[in-house]
Formats: sequence, C-alpha cells, structure tokens
Amino acid sequence: MTVQLAAGATGNPAINVGIFLAFVAVTLFIVYKVSSSSPTASDYYAAGSAFNGVQNGVALSGDFLSAASFLGISGAIAVHGYDGFLYSVGWVVAWLVALLLIGERLRNTGRFTVGDVMAFRMKQRPVRAAAANATLVITFFYMLAQMAGAGGLIALLLHVQSKGGQALIITGVGAVMVFYVLVGGMKGTTWVQIVKATLLLLCVTLIGVFLLGKFGFSFSQILEHAAQNSPSGERILDPGAWYGKNAITELDFVSLALSLVLGISSLPHVLMRFYTVPNAKEARSSVVWCSWAMVIFYLGILVVGYGATALVGSDTILRAPGGENSAAPLLAFKIGGEVLLGIVCAVAFATILAVVAGLTLAAAASFAHDVYANVVRNGDADPRSEVRVARLTAVVIGCLAIVGGIVANGQNVAFLVSLALALAASANLSTMLYTLYWKRFNTTGTLWSIYGGLASCLVLIIFSPAISGTPTSIVKSVDFHWFPLTNPGIVSIPLSFLCGYLGTVFSKQPADPGKQAEMEVRALTGLGVKL
Amino acid sequence: MTRKSRSPVSSSAERFATGAPTEPGMSLVEDSTHPTHIDRADPSAIQQSPEFVLLRRRLRLFVFPVSLAFFCWYMAFAVLSAYDRGFMKHKVTGEINMGTLFGLLQFVTTLVIALSYRRFADKKLDPQVDIIKELAGAGKE
Repeated sequence: MTVQLAAGATGNPAINVGIFLAFVAVTLFIVYKVSSSSPTASDYYAAGSAFNGVQNGVALSGDFLSAASFLGISGAIAVHGYDGFLYSVGWVVAWLVALLLIGERLRNTGRFTVGDVMAFRMKQRPVRAAAANATLVITFFYMLAQMAGAGGLIALLLHVQSKGGQALIITGVGAVMVFYVLVGGMKGTTWVQIVKATLLLLCVTLIGVFLLGKFGFSFSQILEHAAQNSPSGERILDPGAWYGKNAITELDFVSLALSLVLGISSLPHVLMRFYTVPNAKEARSSVVWCSWAMVIFYLGILVVGYGATALVGSDTILRAPGGENSAAPLLAFKIGGEVLLGIVCAVAFATILAVVAGLTLAAAASFAHDVYANVVRNGDADPRSEVRVARLTAVVIGCLAIVGGIVANGQNVAFLVSLALALAASANLSTMLYTLYWKRFNTTGTLWSIYGGLASCLVLIIFSPAISGTPTSIVKSVDFHWFPLTNPGIVSIPLSFLCGYLGTVFSKQPADPGKQAEMEVRALTGLGVKL
Repeated sequence: MTRKSRSPVSSSAERFATGAPTEPGMSLVEDSTHPTHIDRADPSAIQQSPEFVLLRRRLRLFVFPVSLAFFCWYMAFAVLSAYDRGFMKHKVTGEINMGTLFGLLQFVTTLVIALSYRRFADKKLDPQVDIIKELAGAGKE
C-alpha cells in the first residue's frame, strides 16, 4: 500500500508536529481543568447530564465526524466521484432516525448505556450481556477503522516510513487518548469533541469556500476540472464509477446505502451522547444542531473532494502514502503550503484521537455498567467500584486500539466504517425500535434480534469479498468467500427485524405489561427519570 | 396551546394517585441503578389516561409517516443511482447532473424535516407532556 513518498509534497514535519502538539496540550489542559477528583458514575459516564443542546449537538457531530468522514469521504469523492458522495448523503439523512425515532426516547429511558434501554422491561442479565456484546463488537470494528486512518496519516505527517516508527507513534497517540478517558471521563471527552468539531468544521468550510472562490464560485467549474484530471474522465461525475461494474456491485451499493442511513443512530458511542443532556428537549435540540453541522460539513467535503481531483489529480492521490485517505492533506498542501497541511493533518489527527476516546468510553461504560454492575454483581455494585472497573476497561481497550492501529493499515477508512455501521444497524436498531414502540416485544425477541443481527452480520462479513478473495481484500493469500456482497446490511438488517419478530411470537413468556407501561410513560414524558 | 382535550384536573389526579406502588407491575426495578421514582402515580393508569393516549397518537402520527417518507425518498436516491444511471447522469445545469442535484436535495429535505419536527414537538408534544406531568403530580422538573 505505502508507495514512495511523492517528492517534497508533504511539508515540514516540524510545523505539523508543532500544531498537533499544541492541540494536544490545549485539550489535555481542558480535560484536566474540567475533571473532578472523585467522579460518581453519572459524572463519569454522562458528565452529570449537564451539557446543553448546542454543546452536545456540536459534540455529537464531533463524535460522528471521524477520520472516516474527513479523510475517507474526501478521498472517496476525489477518486471515485459520485459513488463517494453517497456516503455523505447517507450520513446526513441518517440523523433523522436519531431525531425522530430514538434520541429523545433513549434519553428519557436510560441512564448510561444502550443496555439500559434494551433491558428496561426485559430480564436484566441476559439482555444486558447481549447489549454489551453488541456494543463491544461494534466499537471494536469502528475503532479499527479509525486506527487504520492513523497509520497513513503518520507517514504523511511526520515522514515516518518505517513500520516500527509508525507503531511507536500510534502507541504515543493511544496513550494520550487513554489519558483523556481516564481523567476526563465523559465531561473531558465531550470538551475534546467540541474543540475538535469546531476546528474541523472551520477547516473544511474555509477550504471549501476558498476552492469555490478559486473556480469563480461555480461548483460546475470544479466538476469540470475534476473530470479533466481524473483517469475516469466524465464518469467520475456519474454514478457507477466505483460500484457500477455489474449486478452484484450494484446491489452492494444499495446495501451500503441502507447501512449508512440506519447505522448511525445505532452506534453505541453516538447514543451514549444523549445521556449528557438533562432532558428530552435538549436531546432534540442537540440533534437539530448536529444536523446543521453535518449539512455544512458534507457540503464542504463535496467541494474538497472534487477540488482535490481538480487540483491534485486522482493518480497523484492514489500514489501518495496513505492512498485515498491522503486526498485532503495533499489538497491542503497544494493550496496552502506547509502551514495549511500542518493544520489539516493536525485536525485529522485530533479527530482520530477524539473519536477513539469516545469509542473507548462507550465500550468501557458498557462493560462496567452492563456486564460488571448488572451481570456479574447482579445490580448491587458499589458505584465507586463501577467507575474503577470502567477506568480499568478503558486502559485495556486503549491497548487493544493501539494493537489494532498497528495491524490495520491502508484500507479506505470510510469503507471499514461502513462495515461497523452494518453491524450496529443489525444488532441495535431493530431491538431499539421494537422495545420502544412494540408492546408485545419480550426478552426472547430482544435476544433473538440482537444476536440474530450481530451473528448474521459478522458471518457475512467474514465470508465476504471484503475479507478474502479479491485483490483489495484484507486477507490476500487464501480465498474463502462465498457471500458476494462486501456490505451485508441488506441481508442482516431485515433479518434482525425478522428474528426479533419471530422470537417474540414464538416465546412462551409474554412481555411484562406493568414494565411496558412504566417504560412507555417514561420514554414519552420523562416521568420517573432521575437526574 | 392545545388544552381542549384536557379533562378536569381533579378527577385525573385522583385517578393517578390511586395506583398503589406495590402493584405487581410497579415492583422496584431489580437494577439498582434504576430506582423507580414514580411513586405517587401508577404508570399503567397514566398509560391508559386520555391525555397520554393523545400524546402517543400525536407522536406516532407524525414520526412514523415522516420516517417512512424520508426513508423511501433516500432509498429512491440510492436505488436510482445504482440501477438507473442513465437518468442520474443527465446534466441539469453545467456539469451538475441529476444525481448530484438529487443528493443535494436530500440535504435540504433533511434540514426541513428536522426543523419542522422541532417546531411540532415544541408546540404539540411538550405542552401535552407538561399536562401529563402535572396530572401525575411530578410538576415541572
């Protein structure tokens, strides 16, 4: 994957490192300032529910605007054109699922984790264990995607070409991330997200406006230059440059579209954000703010992506270290020289750092709150020990993330994220919708939909061309794929809905009507919510 | 705002207050992190009250059709991009083709739906939630 460095096109490492270190210093200071010395569980997981809608909205967009969005999507648009644009559209529309169906009801029902909601009216132990399993698997995949972006970026940013050197830097980055989570908990992580999301939005908007200005404020002009500078020519503007080869890839495209739109509002670290605001009204307002941020960001990314093709050229991007993922940094260097490249790389790095911190916190909360406090200790764990377990889990997960980052390298991060989204939509979405809106839904149905979706999705990913059998697969030496699609969403998402339905219908244990009443009243009105 | 549906407060408040907290459905949650705080009112009674039924109906009548609509609208974009590329390739103005325009329109509809839901929730849902809270004796937060 890593080819020779495009000569001289990567700026001054001193500037890059300087800007990045400044970001780290500022955020570490913030995390240190906002952290309390002995946090309660609510402080640690949900920042005491003390953020307002605007703050959480920006942080929410920060949680989702990962390296996948910034580097992956701009790269996908730069190289594949229109087919990369699908990602942006899916990720904007997806917030409506969170706004209309899930966000407010989740805020009212749960306290810290997705498991809180899923297990509310079900048998606690099996459902919480299932929810935690799903959270850990989804988070792991998502984290791999983020860390895969880190490797290529380091090569570009610091001129570190040796694998050993890159590994050392990933370790350093991982250590900073673990510090955020350990010391800052949700409050610190949220502030890091707010700082980072603001930087990212500013950066993309300014570059976007600058590019438009360069082409006489005509988007059409940018497209024209992009088409001239791409080996696919005019086809880069049309659908099908990436997924248009045959009937299977076309179906794959639809499957991807489905995962993109249903996946976001099922991601544990995104859902957990809803607990940082005090009530449903603020939860609603945060999604609206987040939608604005998303629209602005992805409009900017559309311009940045095609702009990169127009000014840098698809071939140069593909030949650079980091491949597709390096479109945005290369464009920054072209238009703003070393300083802008430094800023863009630092922002991209900050993004990876902040998102991985959010993921680590979600996984740690799920393990400590669902598995330790409710499954192992059967619901009577001392809150202090729960926070201790959460911190310990964060360290373990941090180490896993570092190892993952060293191993995973070179894949398009947006593509890896789409697999995590398929998993999230398969395991969580059906379960959440059923438990919130379907009275009869019961424990068996819950377990079937979580495990049915999760297992089918995992199996289909393992036997898909994404893992083996094609030149771009992760395993190249053996071919054991039999499932034709790279994205399993179109099969596993409906399957999880079906499993949930069948499990409920065939179960001999009916749903508990008293609990259902309590949950529904609480979900819709917030009655019974303890702050 | 929409108080016409509201039944006399006194009778409703009594109705909620009669629910004994020791009823089977109301047993304390096994999970210690979820101490239930609906003591004075029985959720089953609230759930069956006309005020709550109205709230649920309003919510569902907005949320379900709109969700279905934006989902179909989005999938139409995706399916057309995959299967009717001739149509999506069609240039509308300059280099901007049907597909790109379609995609940008999705951005617009997303914002429109988000803003109209917020308006709807502020005007139609929140006041109704306040009524129910008042009846259940919880008052405003």
